[in-house]
Amino acid sequence: MNFGILFATALGSVGANKLRAGLTLLGIVIGVSSVIAMMAVGRGAQVSVTSRISDLGTDLITVRPGNQALRFAFFGGGGNSDVLSFEDALALKDAVFTPDVRLVAPENSFSGSAVVGGENTFVSGVGVTAEYIDARNLTIASGRNISNADVQNTALVAVLGSQISESLFGNRDPVGATAKISGRQFTIVGVLESQQGTIFNPDNSVLVPITTAHYRVNGGKGLLDSIAVSSINILATSEKTVESARASIATVLRLRHELTADDDDDFLITTQQDTIETLEGTQGTFVILLGSIAGISLLVGGIGVMNIMLVSVTERTREIGIRRAVGAKRRDILFQFVTEAVLMTFGGGVLGVLAGWAIAYFGNGATVDGDIIETVIETHIAVIALAVSVAVGLFFGIYPAVRAASLNPIEALRHE
Amino acid sequence: MTSITTVPAIELTNVTREFQVGSQLVKALDGVSLTIQPGEMVAIIGPSGSGKSTLMNTLGCLDTPTSGSFYLNGHDVSGLSDNQLAETRSHQLGFVFQSYNLLPRETALSNVELPLKYSGGYSGKDRRSAARTALDRVGLSHRYDHKPVQMSGGEQQRVGIARALVKNPELILADEPTGNLDTKSSAEVIEMLRSLNEIDGKTVVVVTHDPEVAEATKRIIAFRDGQIVEDRAVVKPSAPKTEATVETQPDSESEISE
Ligand SMILES: Nc1ncnc2c1ncn2[C@@H]1O[C@H](COP(=O)(O)OP(=O)(O)OP(=O)(O)O)[C@@H](O)[C@H]1O
Ligand SMILES: [Mg+2]
Repeated sequence: MNFGILFATALGSVGANKLRAGLTLLGIVIGVSSVIAMMAVGRGAQVSVTSRISDLGTDLITVRPGNQALRFAFFGGGGNSDVLSFEDALALKDAVFTPDVRLVAPENSFSGSAVVGGENTFVSGVGVTAEYIDARNLTIASGRNISNADVQNTALVAVLGSQISESLFGNRDPVGATAKISGRQFTIVGVLESQQGTIFNPDNSVLVPITTAHYRVNGGKGLLDSIAVSSINILATSEKTVESARASIATVLRLRHELTADDDDDFLITTQQDTIETLEGTQGTFVILLGSIAGISLLVGGIGVMNIMLVSVTERTREIGIRRAVGAKRRDILFQFVTEAVLMTFGGGVLGVLAGWAIAYFGNGATVDGDIIETVIETHIAVIALAVSVAVGLFFGIYPAVRAASLNPIEALRHE
Repeated sequence: MTSITTVPAIELTNVTREFQVGSQLVKALDGVSLTIQPGEMVAIIGPSGSGKSTLMNTLGCLDTPTSGSFYLNGHDVSGLSDNQLAETRSHQLGFVFQSYNLLPRETALSNVELPLKYSGGYSGKDRRSAARTALDRVGLSHRYDHKPVQMSGGEQQRVGIARALVKNPELILADEPTGNLDTKSSAEVIEMLRSLNEIDGKTVVVVTHDPEVAEATKRIIAFRDGQIVEDRAVVKPSAPKTEATVETQPDSESEISE
């Protein structure tokens, strides 16, 4: 039996019981469409995270102390070699040793409350230098940035994130006003532009001079050069020099920390590329998880196909006997039933791809719980889904088909 | 026709077919030896359970003997694989069943096409034209597109005959082809088989309970308990009578068709 006849025969048999075929198909349609839709949502999330990170600038490099004793050392006031110091940060901007570094912005952090009149809000405080906003791609909406003079003077000045500004001052421009932050009276000199939707949201931050954060808020001691920083933000001269900048930063820090060849780094350098890869990795796992959950419904659909095919073989025992009696070989019967199963799952796959695509297409931009869902439809997922639905048909169709093919012609003909 | 040099159409030697039913061994065929020459028309008669259908299934390559040898057109069939048996069924014989065994969803034309679909080498056009020719031969030119439920028993059986002869095999096997038919339809079916034998020279083996049908053939073989108890030639084969008696001895296609 050639393929054309086989196909026509299978199509005829499937078409003979449209309701049944339709219901069987539905299982596959649901399975495939949920795979497509889930993958589109998953990939959409992945792509948007990646683009948000890239918004920060792909030339950003972050150095953190690479030791778990960080917090203890930090709050304890230093003296630990695992701590990055302000001087470490300054040393990283060196035309000879680190020619690929364009900008260095150390920071430390504190958390506390900000009070203005009756308004009280929690803030995440960042001690910064003037370079910070450039390193983090932030913009001043009103007023001015923290200046290096402020740093020098341990000035009690602050730049507010837009959210903080709004909760403390409402729509008023807070520049020039004062606020009590972590128990100290600060003068507000500027407000940041809202960066809602970016991965590092500064809207709830308060920027103060790094020295003020250290000496006045955290109660730290020691010389300026020795104060601990929680991280150093560095911009490379370009995206291409990120890797060489990273290498030179490591060399300088190892020298400064007097590490021998046997010692591990006591700091951690992260580039934006690293962050993207890590996040894409986690998101990839997430996508696979979504896909597998959807895949289970495909499996259930496959079992439905197998069930119907087994019923069909029993019902059509006599037909099988007739076909065998007029010359059909076992494999003709086998192929016929496998083709029927594959036809159903492939049909379901095609409809499922269309349905999943429609869900992804019309779901793009929908808001769920305030989050905008972005979907990315990928052709290769559709192709894989179709291939999988064919495979499901083969896998679940083969057993009923083998049963059909192994029927004894005489007994099959006697079957009522 | 039965010259010594001819290769027999069917040659059974000491064929047995046993079935194990529970602890009992049923000998459906018990040492059957039988030779049928090309061009013969043979009736197989015998009481129910005597092994007639078992014999036909063996001749039709649907079943294989437990022991003994079976030569079909000079070829040993007993050692054939399942695939080779299917090919033999496809190329060398046509089978007519008591219960017609048509595919209920398919039209007469497509039922008759079925054997051609499993033998390759036919285009869709070839298949349809061969199927039409076969249906014309059995007088169903006006029933191409009818489904089995839309036809009388006699018509359905004629579709069955058309399907058996569509590949023009040398051997036609019919297991109680008139068992479900009234006298008139029976007569038509038997006339068709007779014409296939007499005009086309095909070997025809027909199982029947009906003495009139048996007397219409050239040779009667009687079975009892899986053994041949009688094998005689019919002196003057007579066309079976119908209510509206068939007037002339049909000798052409057109007359058979009506
Ligand atoms: N598949 C089988 N399994 C067990 N026993 C069988 C099988 N096929 C046939 N038999 C037995 O073999 C014997 C002969 O059966 P067969 O069908 O050949 O009889 P028959 O002459 O065709 O009868 P009928 O005139 O009723 O059609 C019977 O006893 C039957 O029960
Ligand atoms: Mg019988």
